[in-house]
Amino acid sequence: MSQDLRLLVQGLHTRLQHDGRETALVRGVDLRLHAGETLALVGESGSGKSLTALTLMRLLARDARWSWDGQVELVDADGQHHDLLRLPEAQIRRLRGHQMAMIFQEPMSCLNPVLTVGQQIAESVRLHLGLSPAAARQRALQALEEVEIAAARQRLDEYPHQLSGGMRQRVMIAMAMVCAPRVLIADEPTTALDVTIAAQILALMRRLQEANGMAVLFITHHLGVVAHYADRVSVMYAGRVVESADVPRLFAQPSHPYTRGLLECLPGRARQRALATGQAPVLLDIPGQAPSMQDLPEGCAFAPRCPQAHARCGAGEVPWQGAPEHRYRCWLNATEGLA
Amino acid sequence: MAEPQRWWRHLLARRMVLVAAILLGLLLLLTLVGPWFLPDPMALKVSQRLKPPSWAYLAGTDELGHDMASRLVLGARYSLAIGASTAVLAVLAGTVLGLLAGFFRRLDGPLMRLVDAMMAFPDILLGIALVAILGASPVNVVLALSLVYTPRVARVVRACALVIRSLPYVEAARAVGVRSPRLLRVHVLPNLMSPILVQLSFVFAYALLAEAGLSFLGVGVGADVPTWGTMVAASTPYAERAVWMLFFPGLAIVLSAWSLQVLGDGVRDLLDPRLRGAP
Repeated sequence: MSQDLRLLVQGLHTRLQHDGRETALVRGVDLRLHAGETLALVGESGSGKSLTALTLMRLLARDARWSWDGQVELVDADGQHHDLLRLPEAQIRRLRGHQMAMIFQEPMSCLNPVLTVGQQIAESVRLHLGLSPAAARQRALQALEEVEIAAARQRLDEYPHQLSGGMRQRVMIAMAMVCAPRVLIADEPTTALDVTIAAQILALMRRLQEANGMAVLFITHHLGVVAHYADRVSVMYAGRVVESADVPRLFAQPSHPYTRGLLECLPGRARQRALATGQAPVLLDIPGQAPSMQDLPEGCAFAPRCPQAHARCGAGEVPWQGAPEHRYRCWLNATEGLA
Repeated sequence: MAEPQRWWRHLLARRMVLVAAILLGLLLLLTLVGPWFLPDPMALKVSQRLKPPSWAYLAGTDELGHDMASRLVLGARYSLAIGASTAVLAVLAGTVLGLLAGFFRRLDGPLMRLVDAMMAFPDILLGIALVAILGASPVNVVLALSLVYTPRVARVVRACALVIRSLPYVEAARAVGVRSPRLLRVHVLPNLMSPILVQLSFVFAYALLAEAGLSFLGVGVGADVPTWGTMVAASTPYAERAVWMLFFPGLAIVLSAWSLQVLGDGVRDLLDPRLRGAP
């Protein structure tokens, strides 16, 4: 699996300066993305998934409020490593939209209402490949055809408000794909769409990925989508990855109590439980709330909500447990101790 | 639907806008062709002074026997030109200031404090002071009024730019690799066109009124230049005997200011692509 590394993230921290105090919102995220692979980043709202993506793209506001450190490397086609966190803005701009692209959550508001679809797709090509307006338009048309929009030639001159939600998300994908990026970050691309459209969009992204072998970082809170779409999963809680495995393994034997809790929350599981016990199905949730990032508990951040917490959880940072292909930050099942 | 056809339908669908457009159109037409058939506005006929409206003098005559109708048409040229120049200057300067303040956080504080300081003065007072310093002439009135209205436009543009810069599509454009100058020009500015157009028509209307006010107070274009404001000012000693001297320039000011505002609203609706295609 280690061939053709595309994106390497190690010890990524993102901090926000607010009211005179600094709060770490992303606290040491490690990710590896390879060609042709989809890594899902899962977690509830506020767990730092989107912030991780924005930090990777260097899209956080350039002012004193945000700071970040860690190691983020993008590997380009020549095998050259780009240090994304330390490159000057001008060089980041050359990579953004070209080597790495991003799809956002709301297809409604991510398109400029006063520019035509064609202008918006062509912009990226003109910026990065320096094509003439006519050639860029041609490329935009191609991109629209690749995302399987009906009557692509006609859509080229339409405004975003004339398109349906699904079509807008296709346009967003076309915008992101038009320069054939090596890494695509998709921040909840299907959350705002209804189920059938979401399935179409996922299938489309899968086809495009197979065609050009890009690596996809797929941010979602929907485990059902993860099961069908991703190759590997990293589960985030309170700004930190708590479990990381490939999809079959994670669903077969979730090892962090938070992951287990997430899986138990799925409606499908409620039905299974009902069938097993012969009682009416009950939807479960994880008791308690995500902790405030400003005063996180000592040790494991999930401990206060964890049904299996014990004294050790509160004592210092939990190291990675398990094998490299399935790691988790939890003392349960630790090689030494309980197991 | 073809563009001109769409515009035409839109106009017809909104009566008030249509009325305003026709009024302004007529006014423009009059200023262009009026001099061809109206008497010489500078011709003095002392025997005909202070005559009420008649077929010979459509809007009556003033205290020196000038034909009021031709002077109104001549005054329209000055009034509209002063209003339009002020509007264009103030909107250009205000847009640049507002965009810079709204988009670059570091400029926001200094620029907006400057704007606040200027807005602390009442409009007409600031206008009077500036014209008093610069001297009474049409060009100086334009300069003074532009200075007066620039801060208003800057505030509106800044507020809208603040909203737009935080919208997802601006972030999406950044994610594509667009740099700030282009981001401002291609992604932010076109989305500001509707508030800017509304400001353009409002400032035009305000400037028209303010010029009349300044001229009326004697710190405007100078008494020898026939604008609607100077005509109203000249009418005051005779207002009881010759009410038409007050009525017609006043009516011209009110109607054109009203038409400009209504038309500005109409154009805004027309240009906003989100409102396009609405029945």
